[in-house]
Amino acid sequence: MAITDDVLVIGGGIAACTAALSAAETGARVRLLAHKKSTLRQASGLVDVLGYAGGDGPLSDPSAGLDALPEGHPYHVVGEDGVRAGLRIFDEAVGDAYRGGHTDSNALVMTHGGAVKPTARYPESVAPGLASSSGDMLLVGFAGLTDFDAPVAADHLTAAGVPFSARGVTVEFPKRFRADAKVTRFAKALDRDEEVDGGTVRSVVADTVAEKLDGESRVGFPAMLGDDHDEDVRAELSDRLGVPVFEVPTGPPSLLGLKLEDMLFDALDEAGVRISAGNPAVDFEAEDGRVETVIVDQKSRPTPYSADQVVLATGGLVGKGLDSDRESVTEPVFGCHVPHPEDRYDWSEPEAFGDHAFARFGVVPDAELRPTDEDGEPHFENLRAAGGVVGGADVAREKSASGVSLATGAVAGRLAGEEATR
Amino acid sequence: MKKSPSVLVIGGGSTGTGIARDLAMRGLDVTLVEKGNLTHGTTGRMHGLLHSGGRYAVSDQPSAKECIEENRVLRRIAGHCVEMTGGLFVQRPEDSDEYFEKKLEGCRECGIPAEVLSAEEAREIEPYLAKDIKRAIKVPDGAVDPFRLCVANAASAVEHGARIETHSEVTDVLVEDGEVVGVEVTHQTGTGPYVHGEPGEVEEIRADYVVNATGAWAGQIGDLAGVDVEVRPSKGVMTIMNTRQVDTVVNRCRPKGDADIIVPHETTCILGTTDEEVEDPEDYPEEGWEVDLMIETLSELVPMLAEARTIRSFWGVRPLYEPPGTGTEDPTDITREFFLLDHDDRDDLPGMTSIVGGKLTTYRMMAEQISDHVCEKLDVEAECRTADVPLPGSEDFTVLRDYMDDFGLRSPIGRRSAQRLGSRADEVLNSVDPNPVVCECEAVTRAEIQDSLDTAGTELNSVRIQTRASMGNCQGAICCHRMANELAPEYDEETIRASLDDLYQERWKGERHAMWGTQLSQTALKHMLHATTMNRDEDPAAADADIDFAAFDDGGASEGDASGVASGGAVADGGRERTDRAGDDALGGADGDN
Repeated sequence: MAITDDVLVIGGGIAACTAALSAAETGARVRLLAHKKSTLRQASGLVDVLGYAGGDGPLSDPSAGLDALPEGHPYHVVGEDGVRAGLRIFDEAVGDAYRGGHTDSNALVMTHGGAVKPTARYPESVAPGLASSSGDMLLVGFAGLTDFDAPVAADHLTAAGVPFSARGVTVEFPKRFRADAKVTRFAKALDRDEEVDGGTVRSVVADTVAEKLDGESRVGFPAMLGDDHDEDVRAELSDRLGVPVFEVPTGPPSLLGLKLEDMLFDALDEAGVRISAGNPAVDFEAEDGRVETVIVDQKSRPTPYSADQVVLATGGLVGKGLDSDRESVTEPVFGCHVPHPEDRYDWSEPEAFGDHAFARFGVVPDAELRPTDEDGEPHFENLRAAGGVVGGADVAREKSASGVSLATGAVAGRLAGEEATR
Repeated sequence: MKKSPSVLVIGGGSTGTGIARDLAMRGLDVTLVEKGNLTHGTTGRMHGLLHSGGRYAVSDQPSAKECIEENRVLRRIAGHCVEMTGGLFVQRPEDSDEYFEKKLEGCRECGIPAEVLSAEEAREIEPYLAKDIKRAIKVPDGAVDPFRLCVANAASAVEHGARIETHSEVTDVLVEDGEVVGVEVTHQTGTGPYVHGEPGEVEEIRADYVVNATGAWAGQIGDLAGVDVEVRPSKGVMTIMNTRQVDTVVNRCRPKGDADIIVPHETTCILGTTDEEVEDPEDYPEEGWEVDLMIETLSELVPMLAEARTIRSFWGVRPLYEPPGTGTEDPTDITREFFLLDHDDRDDLPGMTSIVGGKLTTYRMMAEQISDHVCEKLDVEAECRTADVPLPGSEDFTVLRDYMDDFGLRSPIGRRSAQRLGSRADEVLNSVDPNPVVCECEAVTRAEIQDSLDTAGTELNSVRIQTRASMGNCQGAICCHRMANELAPEYDEETIRASLDDLYQERWKGERHAMWGTQLSQTALKHMLHATTMNRDEDPAAADADIDFAAFDDGGASEGDASGVASGGAVADGGRERTDRAGDDALGGADGDN
């Protein structure tokens, strides 16, 4: 007898979590089928909604760019209401840990390369460092961390014309690690406040930075200020330095992305969503145009999961919700239609940051976010799609990745929940 | 004091740098000019095979004999550039027995050690060989790093007083009274100790003798001097795999054909190649069918290649030459021998000799012969010493030390660094502290990057070829910007950004030939990291328009309390015990899925 739910969400990223939370709000019994850790560990932890559209940007108001997006963009399917619904669910899920919900405007946040980018929600630890707020800034990098060079990042900020002065210094971390130590090891030393020459890690870092401080009113570090005890770390450093301390979002392994993942899963628990993690959905059974069961490969044993409604949120090319070979691009679980140029050399452009077709690969949704076949008909009456697996958006260029996941997740989840509980 | 005769060498590939080293060691006053960076032409675009000579043992025995001789020399003088993998000529059931016997006989005639292996014995060495292979011949093929080899030759030349100018294109050959007396170069942008001119600056460099060592470009230099040099550039594709599916050079044992060799190279394998004549060595089509051909044909030898992941492809141009009137139609039939073309003898134009044809394995021998020729012309008596004096990095380097303990490097990192640096490992690894890993795929630490900057200036592509940073599975997704950061504080932020953009674009060019399957997934991740996370595609610092910062969210500072967010749901960071994140350390440049 198959495990049976009202709504089955396949995936483990922002879109899947949002779809599950949205479906749960309708009173449906929801299960999330997550395979591996999501791609959030590779994401900065910022929640972009829309920063560039139709050649304009950075946009201070994301909604102002919606009309300029190309035909078939998922934002056109879900509308501005869908975008707002996604943000509402997100704000409720993460609470005070994220900021930006007080306004419809984007913030400009510096990234670890030093470029600023428009984003709609940002972690609380990032908030004091907004490039769109005032206050002279000291950036601190550590000699053993190659991802963030504080003086270069500060000069990069200055080159963007920020309305404050920015200066960077590189200091030694008070503890030495192996050559291949990751940012997680540094975070742990701050978490535990490990003993070092001259005191503990936190106090020695603060003393070192205090000597460099020259009237700046805020101090930024790469996002490595603790993991389990991040608030304590930041509070202690702020206290010792006498100015707010903030984090600069980084690439993988991204502690801010990992923390966001934890928060979303906590919210799923709270909402009563059942979670089956660790195994991939590999196949399905359908009858009369409806998906009846999804088959999960449970350590080589096929296990069926039944549901009234299914949401596909397995991600795009990065999350492997889309697959490809030399001839074609496919959606591997249900075999949904993924339009793509015939010649694989047309999938990308010669310019590295060109208008790549691959960036927009994905299933083609109908008005209810159901993936459609080549004739524009839904593959299945009860299958919807959300997030990266949905095509039509170049989320990298638009700075819309999280927003598309939130909006499509919210709408697909709500529709699935409403259908299942009707 | 008598001034030593001066020689101008055109071309910064293996032959040119080899000649510069040879002549400088003989005490001549050498200047080398190269229009790009070192290895810019064919040297940087080959499959890295250190020939045993086996490939030419039937068709071209003079070349085969030169190969085995130089194979032994390079193992001696360039140990840190060479990996003796061994090689196999594998016969499939449809390949002719007669040719197999001829190959074996040819190897023996040329003095190439050759041993016949049964199919089982061959698969013992290379377990992924096809089940139905018939047998194989084992020969001493190897892998050579052409970049490291070239850079070491240039470094040695400079140690012996040579002047090397990269980014200096020869725009005219100076002919006075019917004799070549030097060249005019136009300096281009680029930095580093090998660049001295200002961009756009034109300089006349006079010399007692000029050597044209520009390979596939020799005809173009010939044109500037008014002589015909009949090079027949021939392109070949090389496809790089994500890992070493084989640890031995695997050749197909049949007369000739495309896609018949797999060379293990560092962390990868390189599939090669095609042979197709092109008009212009810098402008020719690079097409997907060539990549498909590599995968499909070579998977007949190693079936797993059909499903394996390729990380990029690149094309190179062979500098083939044949004497006028030979008229060979198929470029695969053109000899691989090299030729000295003394333009005095040939064209009544004294003062210049061109060297054409040949291959990387015999670069030193080519350099020796032309250096002998130049010395004879200039009436200099000096012995060639390049076959005996090791290159910088390969001196007295018999034992790989345990760099793990010495430098606090984990053993695979220390081992890789030591292999690349050879006898310079101590000096380089001691120079930087702390010494974090910059490129995770290839285990390149800051010390190596910094060392390469001594000759690379702001050119990250030169850092790349010296260190292999950004050449692994992730193709720089994780490390491009880290490499760029290493240019600070010496260079300013704008320069650093421009260098990063150059490197990123160069990587993209080759990646486009591998964009499907897992590598497309990797590419999409790279695009997300650099465009989404870092906003490098829309970087406001690079845009013309000013941003109205006041129009954006200032964090709620202007409205007082910023906690307008809805509450409820999860407790933020509620102190839930998380699983240990040590496992995330495995998340490197490499996609976790291989």
